[in-house]
Amino acid sequence: MNEILLFSLLTLALLGGALSVILYFVAQKFKVIEDPRIDLVDDVLPKANCGGCGYPGCRNFAEVSVKSADQKKNLEGLNCPVGGNDVMKQVAAILGLEVEEKEPMIAVIRCNGSKANSPARIQYDGPASCAFAHSLYAGEGGCQFGCLGLGDCVVSCDFDAIHMNPETGLPVVNDKCVACGACVKACPRGIIELRNKNKKDRRIFVSCVNKEKGGPAKKNCSVACIGCSKCFQVCPYEAITMADNLAYIDYEKCKLCRKCVEVCPTDAIHELNFPPRKPKPEPASEIKTEAGVTAETASRPPKKSAKETNETQE
Amino acid sequence: MKSLKTFTRGGVHPEENKFSENAAIEALPLPKQAVIPLGQNLGVPSKPIVKKGDEVKVGQLIAKGEAFISANLHSPVSGKVVKIDDAIDSSGYRRQAIFVDVIDDVWDDSIDTSPTIVRQISLSKQEIIQRIKECGIVGLGGATFPTHVKLMVPDGKKAEYLIINGVECEPYLTSDHRVMLEKGEEMLIGVKILMKALEVEKAVIGIENNKPDAIRHLTELSQAYTGIMVQALKVKYPQGGEKQLIKATVNREVPSGKLPIEVGCVVSNVGTALAVYDAVQKNKPLIERVVTVTGKSVRKPSNFMVRIGTPVTELIAAAQGLPENTGKVINGGPMMGKALTSIDVPITKGSSGILIMKSEDSRRPAPKPCIRCSKCTEVCPMGLEPFLLAKLAKLAIYDKAENEKIMDCIECGSCQFTCPSQLPLLDFLRLGKQRVGLLIRTRK
Repeated sequence: MNEILLFSLLTLALLGGALSVILYFVAQKFKVIEDPRIDLVDDVLPKANCGGCGYPGCRNFAEVSVKSADQKKNLEGLNCPVGGNDVMKQVAAILGLEVEEKEPMIAVIRCNGSKANSPARIQYDGPASCAFAHSLYAGEGGCQFGCLGLGDCVVSCDFDAIHMNPETGLPVVNDKCVACGACVKACPRGIIELRNKNKKDRRIFVSCVNKEKGGPAKKNCSVACIGCSKCFQVCPYEAITMADNLAYIDYEKCKLCRKCVEVCPTDAIHELNFPPRKPKPEPASEIKTEAGVTAETASRPPKKSAKETNETQE
Repeated sequence: MKSLKTFTRGGVHPEENKFSENAAIEALPLPKQAVIPLGQNLGVPSKPIVKKGDEVKVGQLIAKGEAFISANLHSPVSGKVVKIDDAIDSSGYRRQAIFVDVIDDVWDDSIDTSPTIVRQISLSKQEIIQRIKECGIVGLGGATFPTHVKLMVPDGKKAEYLIINGVECEPYLTSDHRVMLEKGEEMLIGVKILMKALEVEKAVIGIENNKPDAIRHLTELSQAYTGIMVQALKVKYPQGGEKQLIKATVNREVPSGKLPIEVGCVVSNVGTALAVYDAVQKNKPLIERVVTVTGKSVRKPSNFMVRIGTPVTELIAAAQGLPENTGKVINGGPMMGKALTSIDVPITKGSSGILIMKSEDSRRPAPKPCIRCSKCTEVCPMGLEPFLLAKLAKLAIYDKAENEKIMDCIECGSCQFTCPSQLPLLDFLRLGKQRVGLLIRTRK
C-alpha cells in the first residue's frame, strides 16, 4: 500500500517538475510585453465604450494614447468626450504629458419644426425608423431637411441624454450628454451638431438646416431659416456664414452677443440659458412671435425663461 | 386538365379587385399646365435643352439623356415653357422639373398622327434601337429602365427569347389588360419590332388566366405573326417580376445577381411594346401612357390615356372625384406602389396606376413580435429569408446582409403581405438594399 502511494506521489512530482520547466521556457519564448501604462490609462477612462473618441472602446483608446505618447510625445487628436478635461488630465499625468484644455461640447438639435411650427399634412404609419422614413418621403410637415421625429437619435444614445418630447415631436438633449457623437451619426438628415457648451450652458445657434429658398422653406415651417442674411450683416464678429440659403453660426467665433437673435425675422436663431433681457419698447416682432409660435419654440427670454426652451438643461 | 404554368418558388395570391378591367381606355383632356420631372428613368436624370419662354410642340425634345443609362424627354403638350424649377415629387422631395403652360395641341410635324396601322417594319436593327433611344422609351412596367439599353445585347451573349409581360399581377391595376384588348394589333407589331432589334425568332407573351378575353384576343391576332406565342399562366403574385416570368414561361432560372440575358431572355412590358410601335412606326415619342385610376371607393374606376406631366388631381377628378373617406392615394399597385404625399404631383413615365384606398383599409396595423412562423421565407419568390434580412438592415449589419443576398430582393412585398405579425419587412429590406447598394458602388 505504501509503495503505491510513494510511487504515485513520486510520478506526479516528477511530472509536475518537468512540465513546469517546459512551461517556464514556453512562457519566456512567447512573452507578450504590454506597457503597464495601458492598464493605468484604461483604469481612469469612463468605460462607457461609446466610441465617442473615434476608437472602438476604452481599451483601444488607452493603447492609442500610450502609443501616441511614445511616438509623438503628445496627445494630439485624442480626446475622451465622456470623461472630459478631468479624465484627459489624469491620462496625461500617467503618460507624463501636458494636455490642452478642451471646451466641453454638447449635442444641439438644429430643427424647430415642431408639430405646431410645421403642421403635419400627411400621416406616416410606417416603421419607427428615421433612416427608412428619410429614404421614403420628405416628412409629415413637408420639410425635406427637418426632423422626422421617429427617434433614431434616442435609440443611438448610450447615456440616456436624448429623449423625444411628445408634444413637439422633436428630440430634447439633457445635461447627461457627453458629446460622444452617436446621435450625430444616427441622424439621417444631419440635424444634430456638437457645439461648445460655453459658460453656464449658454448657446446661440441657428435651429434650422433647411437649404431651400425662403418661400418654400417658410411654406412648410413657420420658424425656418429663410436665408435673409440679416444676422450675417449684424454680427460684429464675423461668426455667421451664409450658404445655400442658410445661416450658420461658428461657435468658435461667436461671442454670444445675441444681436443675431434679435434681428431674425423667423425666430430661427435660438438662445439658450441666457438671463431675461431688459424689456424693450419694441413690441412689433414680439407680437408676431406670440401669435405664430408656441411655448416650445420660444427661446426669447423676455417672454419665457430659459428653462422653458426646447433644450432645457434638466 | 393540365395545370397551368407558373413560377415554382414562393408567391402569394392577394385579392385581385380588378374593378376597372371592363372600362375602355379614355383620353383625358389636356391639363392647364404640365410638370415634367427630369428624373423619369431609372438612371441619370435627363438634362434640359429648353429654357424659360421657349415655345414647344407636342413631341419636341425638351431634355436629353446623356449618360449611358438615361432617356430623352419630350414635351407631352404644346405651349410655353414657364420655368425649370424644383417641383415636389411623389415622395415630397424637391426635384428638378420643366413646367409647360399648355396652349392648344400642336404636334411636331415629324409625328404620324393618323390612325392607320403601319404593319411593314422598314427600319434595320440599328435604326430601330436608335429610334427607340431618340424617342425616350423606358420600361413602362414601373421600373422605367431605358429600353434601348435593354436591347443592346452585350458581346458574347445571345438573346433567344423575347418575353412580353402581360401578367399584370398587381391587384387593382388593369392598364396592361386594356392595352392588350384595345391596342393588341399595334402591340404585336411592337413585339415584332423588338424581336427584330434583338434578332430573336421566338417571343412569348405571358398572361395570367384572370384575363381570358386578352388571352383569346391575342391568341387570335398572333396567328398572323410568326414566332409569337401567347402563354396563359396561373394567377400568382409576383409573376410579373422579370425572373419569375422567365421561370414561368420558358422554365429557366436567372442566376443570382445576373441579368435575364444570361439565360438568353429579354423581358419587356406590353405597354412598352406599344410605345415601341408608336416610336418606330409613327415616330411618336413617349409622351403619354395608360394609367388606371381605381379603388374600392372610387365612383368610376377607369383607364385613362394620360399625357406625362398631368397632375394626379385631374385623373382623380375624371374618375368622379376623391371619395370622402380616402386614407391613402397610392402611385402604383397595392403591393409595390408608394403612397403619394400630395395629389398635386404629376404622372410620370413610370406611373401605371393611381389607387385610392379607404382610410380603414389603408391604415397599417401595429407590428407585433416575430413568431418565427417562417411564412415570409415560404412565400419569398427569390428564396431569401426576409425576417433575417430585415433584422440585419435594421441593425445596420450590411456586410452580412450582402452575404445573405439582400440585393436579390425584388421588393415584391410578399413577405410583408403574408406576415401574421404585420412586421414592416419590406420597408427594412428596401432600406437595407439602398445601403448595401451604396456600399457596393463605393467599393468599385
